Amino acid sequence: MSVQIDAQGDLRHFLTTEGLDPRLLGRILDTAESFAGVLGKSVKTVPLLRGRTVVNLFFESSTRTRTTFELAAKRLSADVLNIAVDTTTTKGESLLDMLRNLQAMQADMFVVRHHQSGAAEYFARHVDPGVAVLNAGDGWHAHPTQAMLDAFTIRRHKGAFEPLRIAIVGDIRHSRVARSQIHAFNALGAGEVRVIAPDTLLPADVDTLGAQVYSDLNAGLRDADVVIALRLQRERMQGALLPGESEYFRHYGLTESRLRGAHPDAIVMHPGPINRGVEIDSALADGPRSVILDQVTNGIAVRMAVMTMVLGVRPDTPREAS
Amino acid sequence: MTRILIRQGRLIDPESGLDEVGDLAVADGRIVQLGGTIDDFTPEQTIEADGQWVMPGLIDLSARLREPGQTRKADIASETRAAAAAGITTLVMPPDTTPVMDSPAVVEQVTHRAEQTAGARVVPLGALTLGLAGEQLSAMAGLAAAGCPAVSDGGRPVQDSQVLRNALDYACTFSLPALLTPVDPFLATGCLNEGPTATRLGLPGVPAAAETAGLGRQLAVAGATRARVHVGRLSSAEGARLLTGEQGHQRRLSADVAIHQLFLTDQDAMEYDTRFHLDPPLRDIVDRQALRQAVADRVIRIICSDHQPHDGDAKDGPFASTEPGASGIDTLLPLVLRLVEDEVLSLHRALATVTVEPARLLGLEGGRMAVGGAADLTVVDPVAPWFCTRETLKSRGHNSPFLGWEFSARATHTLVGGRLTHTDDRA
Repeated sequence: MSVQIDAQGDLRHFLTTEGLDPRLLGRILDTAESFAGVLGKSVKTVPLLRGRTVVNLFFESSTRTRTTFELAAKRLSADVLNIAVDTTTTKGESLLDMLRNLQAMQADMFVVRHHQSGAAEYFARHVDPGVAVLNAGDGWHAHPTQAMLDAFTIRRHKGAFEPLRIAIVGDIRHSRVARSQIHAFNALGAGEVRVIAPDTLLPADVDTLGAQVYSDLNAGLRDADVVIALRLQRERMQGALLPGESEYFRHYGLTESRLRGAHPDAIVMHPGPINRGVEIDSALADGPRSVILDQVTNGIAVRMAVMTMVLGVRPDTPREAS
Repeated sequence: MTRILIRQGRLIDPESGLDEVGDLAVADGRIVQLGGTIDDFTPEQTIEADGQWVMPGLIDLSARLREPGQTRKADIASETRAAAAAGITTLVMPPDTTPVMDSPAVVEQVTHRAEQTAGARVVPLGALTLGLAGEQLSAMAGLAAAGCPAVSDGGRPVQDSQVLRNALDYACTFSLPALLTPVDPFLATGCLNEGPTATRLGLPGVPAAAETAGLGRQLAVAGATRARVHVGRLSSAEGARLLTGEQGHQRRLSADVAIHQLFLTDQDAMEYDTRFHLDPPLRDIVDRQALRQAVADRVIRIICSDHQPHDGDAKDGPFASTEPGASGIDTLLPLVLRLVEDEVLSLHRALATVTVEPARLLGLEGGRMAVGGAADLTVVDPVAPWFCTRETLKSRGHNSPFLGWEFSARATHTLVGGRLTHTDDRA
């Protein structure tokens, strides 16, 4: 989707990890690394986006993603406006009308989460020139900052991607996180990306995304260096996709003993929020392999990196307030 | 009525096989002389058709005109005018209007409006069941008397197989063909072909099994009746294969395909272009090839536009939230002729799919060019290149998936019942 790249090949919006130049992904990680250093110090704020306005526009509820985007923007000294849109009460106003009204408030960036696939791209195609759109999750399609914070976390723990076997377990079919991860990890050169799920939770032709497909958890976890559990939504039971949580946990739930076949140093990740005892055992989620809380912390640095990149601000050249 | 002489055109009639340069004379709404040089006829108007094709006006087997009920999208006047400009003389209208065409009163309202505007003939299809709800039979005899040549499920398949069987039996009683939509709605909750493109875009897919599951059930039920059954808008290779097998047993079973299915695939929807949000969805290149072959093999005998004009708002937004359907009237003729350029069909066969074949299915008089027949004609300039743009579209629906395409043929004159409904002398 070329709408996110400008004529110079730079990131103009951040909508998907699909089709992005690996060097660009590397730059996101490197820039995030420089901000992670900032976060480690006592002064946690830089003035890079002073005078800029970031609008968090969330059509779906979210705590973690919205909060880390907000923190990222504030640490860049931007003004932040949080808007939670309840689509049941705003019927009648089209997305386009809403966008125009918000633009009239002179926003520089929209962070958009929406339940429809393609919503972020829709916004990107309709914003004024110079206004950036960050996709904070659209339907089942993409959640690129999540995938990049996961890549960042993996790189910090494992170094190079080339030798890594990365296994993603759970509801791949409805997961924007999994799609963005598969594209990002492949672009970054991962040795192998696997998806593990019952057939009802796999999208059609998932192998065409660039993943090895496993329906058996033990086989899929064998020698894995990174194991990522996805959240299982309760409504999957109503849609006749799964019989129940206990059977799911028995066959696809991650436990310490299940991970015996994985690499001894394998790390365990989860984009949150966790259903303990459904997709992952508490002992594992809270144990030494788990880097789940690192993911949350790293989310701030990665989002700071993307926010500066789409507005064309480099960390070494702090911008004056406009 | 005007007396019109069309001079020295290439006269093409797919039914009789006529294909020769000559004159054609129209008086009192009918063709009175055909072929050779006509010099004993006093015309009030003469059309010089040298280098042009003179042929039966097109019959579009499925065109939503949005009236009554959704006239913000289009209406009978706007769409019949668009039809005339595109060489179409008859628009067949599915019954899923608001209100549904399940009573003679609604049919008469439509017919009355069509007569007032009269850019093209409008043929209303009666609803197969009351309100298209799939529960009670519609008053089919009354609908037939009001002018419906057939009954249709209007895109909402009858779920209860017993009701479907009764509806087919009852339609057969009054010699009404039944037009069915081959889909199992439980499998068709997505918005794009199930496959790699839908998976990449994160959109819920519609498997080809949605078509074959619906079609298989309908064919089985139809086999238990004597009804004349026609299945509309096939979309998949599997659907075409299932139909081919069944036609060995049910000889009067027929089918149609929307013209866009013969040119586009689900990959066109990349980047969430909502013009390619269609129902049934565009499928892959294998399906497209199989459908072209099925048309060539006469398994599918009719091609329609599946015209579904929309207002801008209906197609504006994230893909799945927009309304499915494409505006197709403007591009039916040039696309059918492109099938000839692509060597899928002969010229006569290509024209038959949009003239005499739909006429035979519905027992309509048009679709043919013969002395004594209705003068529903179109004159086509086969070498008049044009680009399809929003500005060239005559339909009020600008949701054409063919914007930006270049076409070679254009209708220069259209006659309905001997009356000129379109003249374009730019050539």
